[in-house]
Amino acid sequence: MDLLSNLAMGFDIALSPFTLMLAVFGCFIGTIIGALPGLGPSNGVAILIPLTFSMGLDATSALVLMTAVYYGAMYGGRISSILLNIPGDEPALMTTLDGYPMAKQGRAGDALVISGVASFVGAFLSTIGLMLLAPLLAGVAFLFGPAEYFALYLLAFATLGGIGSNNQAKAAIASCIGLGIAMIGVDNNSGLPRLTGGNMHLFDGIDFLVAIVGLFAIAEVFFFIESHGKDTSIGVKLDKVTIPVREIMGSMVTMVRSSAVGFVAGILPGAGASLGSFLAYMTEKSIAGKKGGFGTGVAKGVAAPEAGNNAAAGGALVPMLTLGVPGSGTTAVLLALLMTLNITPGPTLFTDRPEVVWGLIASLLIANFVLLVMNVPMVKVFVKILMVPPWILLPGVTMVSFVGIYSLSGSYFDLVLMVAFGMLGWVLRKLDVPTVPIILGILLGGNMEDALRRAMVLSDGDWTYLFSSGISIGLWTVAVLGFVAPMFLRRYLTKPQRITD
Amino acid sequence: MASDRIFGAVVTLIALAYIASATQIQTSFMADPVGPKTFPIIIGAVAAICGIIMTLKPDEEPEWPELKTMGSLLIAVVVLVGYAYALKPLGFILPTAVTAAILSYQINPQPAKAAAAGVGLSIGLFVIFKFALGLSLFGLPKFVTG
Repeated sequence: MDLLSNLAMGFDIALSPFTLMLAVFGCFIGTIIGALPGLGPSNGVAILIPLTFSMGLDATSALVLMTAVYYGAMYGGRISSILLNIPGDEPALMTTLDGYPMAKQGRAGDALVISGVASFVGAFLSTIGLMLLAPLLAGVAFLFGPAEYFALYLLAFATLGGIGSNNQAKAAIASCIGLGIAMIGVDNNSGLPRLTGGNMHLFDGIDFLVAIVGLFAIAEVFFFIESHGKDTSIGVKLDKVTIPVREIMGSMVTMVRSSAVGFVAGILPGAGASLGSFLAYMTEKSIAGKKGGFGTGVAKGVAAPEAGNNAAAGGALVPMLTLGVPGSGTTAVLLALLMTLNITPGPTLFTDRPEVVWGLIASLLIANFVLLVMNVPMVKVFVKILMVPPWILLPGVTMVSFVGIYSLSGSYFDLVLMVAFGMLGWVLRKLDVPTVPIILGILLGGNMEDALRRAMVLSDGDWTYLFSSGISIGLWTVAVLGFVAPMFLRRYLTKPQRITD
Repeated sequence: MASDRIFGAVVTLIALAYIASATQIQTSFMADPVGPKTFPIIIGAVAAICGIIMTLKPDEEPEWPELKTMGSLLIAVVVLVGYAYALKPLGFILPTAVTAAILSYQINPQPAKAAAAGVGLSIGLFVIFKFALGLSLFGLPKFVTG
């Protein structure tokens, strides 16, 4: 049993007191980040990466800490969705649809407990799925040559643009911005600088962390200044927390089904967690029919998106670890973390650094149980954190971002660049241009170009080589379909809008 | 409508400029079949096409904030850029307190609370970064501490 011995090795690493402490600490911080309105998993994880890096943790510890934060933020996101009707990020939007009405009926405690259990089921099942599927996919990934990788990167951008956004042209522009930025700096093949405009600061290229923190965290500050923090004042009180056993049991089937849906959606490169929670909610809504009362505050309506969302978070780790292609904004941020730690995700990760992979999987399993304990009996502690007003929180986030980026390079240039990215992020989000493809572009641009150039070296400049294998033709087909099909399906798949008071 | 058209046009112009500068990239003697120019040019071309599509088929106009809010956003940007330049020569505590207070005031215009938030965040974060996380930060300007 390869799997069991690998898992035993993983637990060996994860159960060391230090790693265990990091996992618990990460879960705690993550839940806080998720619960804070205006701080979602992606910007939360993003501002912590530079700090983790400067703390000098080794690769496994840093990875355990940050994935615990990631899972924690997925759990915590539901707290602000349910109590304040403010989704921390896109996937959490679905939880507000039934969670907030439920809270308004005075059943906030029930909604929090049900969604906590649903998060646990989703995350637990998908971690098991990750454990079973990732080694298999890593085996398949060995068959990938440069032509296949090029097609795969294209697929990630296509599905992200097609499924994840409202306007294909805008998503494609965002991808191009990211890819274009990735080209800046010294060319790997020739060693000559490209597109730097002669600026010495740009010879190393633009650090993706600068872009991520700018686009996610600093842009968020601008949004709060624009709204003067008005969005946050309405809230629902949480009185007492009891465990609604019957409703949890009643929605168990929903949770399992949603986990499966979410996991599959999460695996799709580029599609990620928002699709997971959306599909899970819509599936359950159509199964329940009109009598199900979805949208009015029913237990299943809270359980489905939360299980789907958390399962997708686990599913998104599958392509990220085996192929190096992230499935969502937050996994893109985690990929940035891996790159910062000098770990190259891909099939070789499983054979060369098994301790990283299995240590990570084991920590995820442990983190799940820790999170269940933190999020059900201790949920009141985190609810208190919602009381932090935005006029303290957002300046704090800014300062943490500045110190994090400053500690990486010690140069004012990166800080100014970060502010510029913040402005760009604000303008783009105003214009409904998605920012995640930019991050993906900056992260993958170099690899994508390398894949293309290596493919052309192998084929001696013959472009048909890109479509020469079954795998690459398949990937190109899915990429084109993923980009084009949503244009026609959009009429049928309108996303439910956020409910207003 | 207008915003999308303007944005599309700007993207197209930048993309064309990007393509133009990509054609100027030096090639070395160890050239591969693709070379360092091709991929940037493809990206530029795709961006230019999408920019034109946006100009022709704009979405609905977003809600831009009123002039006063734009003003406070501009102030925030100026303050943040100033903070970026001040962090090294002036140390952590002073610039952070000032910047945090200004940002806080912009989100919630109550001077007393904003000042308290600035001072509190500055000192609190300094303690966390310096002593809990062990980052090497200078609290005060070098000419004060010597």
